[in-house]
Amino acid sequence: MDILSLFVIVPILVIISLVFSKGLKQARIIAMSGGIIQLGMAINLIFAYIRERAGNDSIMLFMRDLTWFEQLNIHYSIGVDGISVALITLTSIVVLAGVFISWKIEDLPKEFFVSLIILSTGVYGFFISIDLFTMFVFYEIAVIPMYLLIGIWGSGPKEYSAMKLTLMLMGASAVLLVGILGIYFNSNADGGALTFNILEIAKVNIPFEAQKLFFPMTFIGFAVLGALFPFHTWSPDGHASAPTAVSMLHAGVLMKLGGYGIFRVAMYLLPEGALEWSWFFIILSATGVIYGAFAALRQTDLKYINAYASVSHLGMVSFALLMLNKTAWNGAILQSLSHGFMTALFFALIGMIYSRTHTRDITKLGGLLKVIPFISVMYVIAGLALLGLPGFSGFVAEMNIFMGAFLHDDMFHRVLTIISISAIVVTAVYVLRVVGIMLMGPVKNTAYLKLTKATWYEKTGVLLLLIPIVGIGVAPLWLSNMILESLEPFIRGVL
Amino acid sequence: MDLNSFFLMRHELTLLAIILILLIAEIFVPESKKSNIVSLAMLLFGIHTLSGFFPLAESKLFGGMFRTNELIHFFKNVLNLGVLILLLQSADWVKEKMTPNNRGTEFFILLFASLFGMYFMISAGDFLMFFIGMELSTLPVAALAAFEVMKRKSSEAGVKLILSAALATGVSLFGISMLYATAGSIYFDEIILNISNNQLTLLGFILFFAGLAFKISLVPFHFWTADVYEGAPVSIASYLSVISKGAAVFILMILLFSVLKPLMEVWENLIYVLALATMFTGNLFAIRQQNMKRFLAFSSIAQAGFILLGLITGTQLGTATVVYFVTIYIFSNLAAFGVVQAISLQTGRENMKDYEGLYRTNPKLSLVMMLAMFSLAGIPPVAGFFGKFFLFTAAASGGYYLLVFLAVVNVTISLYYYLLVIRAMFVRIGNDPIPYFRNKLYMRIGLLLTVAGILALGLYSPLYEYIYQLSGIFK
Repeated sequence: MDILSLFVIVPILVIISLVFSKGLKQARIIAMSGGIIQLGMAINLIFAYIRERAGNDSIMLFMRDLTWFEQLNIHYSIGVDGISVALITLTSIVVLAGVFISWKIEDLPKEFFVSLIILSTGVYGFFISIDLFTMFVFYEIAVIPMYLLIGIWGSGPKEYSAMKLTLMLMGASAVLLVGILGIYFNSNADGGALTFNILEIAKVNIPFEAQKLFFPMTFIGFAVLGALFPFHTWSPDGHASAPTAVSMLHAGVLMKLGGYGIFRVAMYLLPEGALEWSWFFIILSATGVIYGAFAALRQTDLKYINAYASVSHLGMVSFALLMLNKTAWNGAILQSLSHGFMTALFFALIGMIYSRTHTRDITKLGGLLKVIPFISVMYVIAGLALLGLPGFSGFVAEMNIFMGAFLHDDMFHRVLTIISISAIVVTAVYVLRVVGIMLMGPVKNTAYLKLTKATWYEKTGVLLLLIPIVGIGVAPLWLSNMILESLEPFIRGVL
Repeated sequence: MDLNSFFLMRHELTLLAIILILLIAEIFVPESKKSNIVSLAMLLFGIHTLSGFFPLAESKLFGGMFRTNELIHFFKNVLNLGVLILLLQSADWVKEKMTPNNRGTEFFILLFASLFGMYFMISAGDFLMFFIGMELSTLPVAALAAFEVMKRKSSEAGVKLILSAALATGVSLFGISMLYATAGSIYFDEIILNISNNQLTLLGFILFFAGLAFKISLVPFHFWTADVYEGAPVSIASYLSVISKGAAVFILMILLFSVLKPLMEVWENLIYVLALATMFTGNLFAIRQQNMKRFLAFSSIAQAGFILLGLITGTQLGTATVVYFVTIYIFSNLAAFGVVQAISLQTGRENMKDYEGLYRTNPKLSLVMMLAMFSLAGIPPVAGFFGKFFLFTAAASGGYYLLVFLAVVNVTISLYYYLLVIRAMFVRIGNDPIPYFRNKLYMRIGLLLTVAGILALGLYSPLYEYIYQLSGIFK
């Protein structure tokens, strides 16, 4: 049994034991144990990776390859580099935190945890795949449980949001499918066999015409999941209706599939297409960055604020990826990670506030710092991390992104970079606005005086997410070295 | 005829024997024990299905009128399996509703007669045999569609089916006669040598094609489908959408890839247009349906459109993906119809609104339905995904990227209405959910087999490899 396949097998075992469990208590214990085991596996993977990397300079480590459909040359092919290791760790932490936050789920608990873990299985599988077909399978497995998760356990216009989200994401994956088939049927351009294997295809010079045709399909296919403007509309509605843990997992992990896919498939396999189209998508990304920030400024629903903030921050990820240089890419990956932890933390805290006050409208809240200090302080910390204060992960990521972006000295890139940077100021405004209205000042509603303090499971969930945010912020170098090392072959491939 | 030729026609002969045994049993079994005939028919058909799996040589009989090869043999087995599951799912219905009216045995005899016709249709080596087989496969189904004679809708379905089928076969026969006029033979082997791309041939081909398109219910030959499915008993709707359609697709593929290959530049465009028309019409109409049988009718029209994507290239890959997809489609659709059947039998309710809150009362049934919907929509890891992905691969291998793109747009549309069923079952609570009930043994086995198929057929790759290897007859 190899160390990577376990990331798919363990969740499946957890699902099977969940099916046979009875009631909330058993279900959450099983889900929690599964989460802890996976976190352990992820930490173990980091160390194993560092050990292995010392004496091995192939692009992917822990590779394993099993033939699946021989005739079409489809393989179950897995392997990781530093980037996937980091994202796998992110996933395991957010999933575990999500389980803690859903500790008190009452309606159909077993089904809830099963769907949640199916989703995480898809995410793990996606991050370890190096075969386009397998990757695509896991991608869809990760998306489809969202329908049930939002539809059954959501709130507000949940049927509408769930349908919109699922259709937009699956529509995107359908476009992606055409892109993947296009790559597949051009993978024999150098005379070899047709293949879905990413590392093999990267060695092939796919004809320029094909790259030009299929790059936008592949890019958009992934970018919709990364909430690229103007395909981001599923995200605010989806997040607002989703239950807490699902918002966390979705914003924290699932949306990262988009950036990762853009990087690993679209950019790596179709580099000339990327160069050809980058101007167009840079404009879209920069629009998303600034648009998301201003939209967040106007919202009063906490979840909408964070959903638009996600649009803005993930816009920066695709913006950075399109800069096509090492520094910006490093920033993009760091931003993915840091945004994953921060948004998950935000949504967790919003869930706690909502479950106590039964409103997410900031105009109705006030003075929460006095009644629920732990949650409020955490909210302030998350906010400061989001606006890029040094010492937190957000600073490191954005620093890298904009340093990379400034390496382009033409007018076009300069202007768009400056526009995007200005979003950081807006971010500060909307974060501080919420902190000011919601946490400071007098307690607006006397009923809030009786709010209960954070419970142990809520605190555990929050701390799980806070530690990495501070960790990356204080000591970014070991992580960024791991990522930079892994970026080497991609840089060589693209430029 | 020597002994060996008997073995070549093993499927046909054993099925004929079963029909005869059932006829005799119908005469000699006393009224009070008539319900045992159901079990007898299932037992015999089960043996027949199993015996079909013994290998068979490739050969021709009757001077080339009847031919068989491994691919045909495999497909007959798939049809057998489908019918077996269908029988398991409808056994209770026959026992409870038909046997008391003294119509139980007829059901099996007519159904088997139709299957018998399909065997000959897909094994045909000339147009005469093909035509006889097609007629034999259609006529008993028309009788079966009107089986619940007391229901007005059922009689209507029967009449509608027989009238449209008669027209379609008439048109088809006219086309065949034109092909005969130009090629000078009705034998497939001879037609291949003589066929040429002239106007009379084209007219003949198009008329002939229309007849088969009717059976597959491609747009614009689909108007009968929804009405007949809605009126006919669930088992027959299921039979029409699964077995009948599967067999027609298969023979269409064989004819296009072998006899009509010289006309490829014509039928390529024809299939391109029909595929688009069928997918869009089927999908857009399915969105508005409330009755589950009508819903599945339009869904199966749309699925036929997807199947055409595999036909368009005329290659080995195309053959393999079509056969593979049809196999998976049979299992997925049978699962969906099985659930409809179970609920319809227990409560008589067939509307999507009745399914609201089903998960909370009948979780297992809803899960089967969910798997079926995911498989039809093409969501991994269930089999339907692999089927569709490979169909698209086949079309893309011919460079039809635009067609594939429009097809994936359709996949997204179809996902919407498949999710509507899931929404009704899982998300909504419903004012009057269907109360919990326990299915009888046959039904449970029938549903379990479909679930096993849906889960295993995709992930288990050797099946696809096997089909691909059998498809080697079309290079």
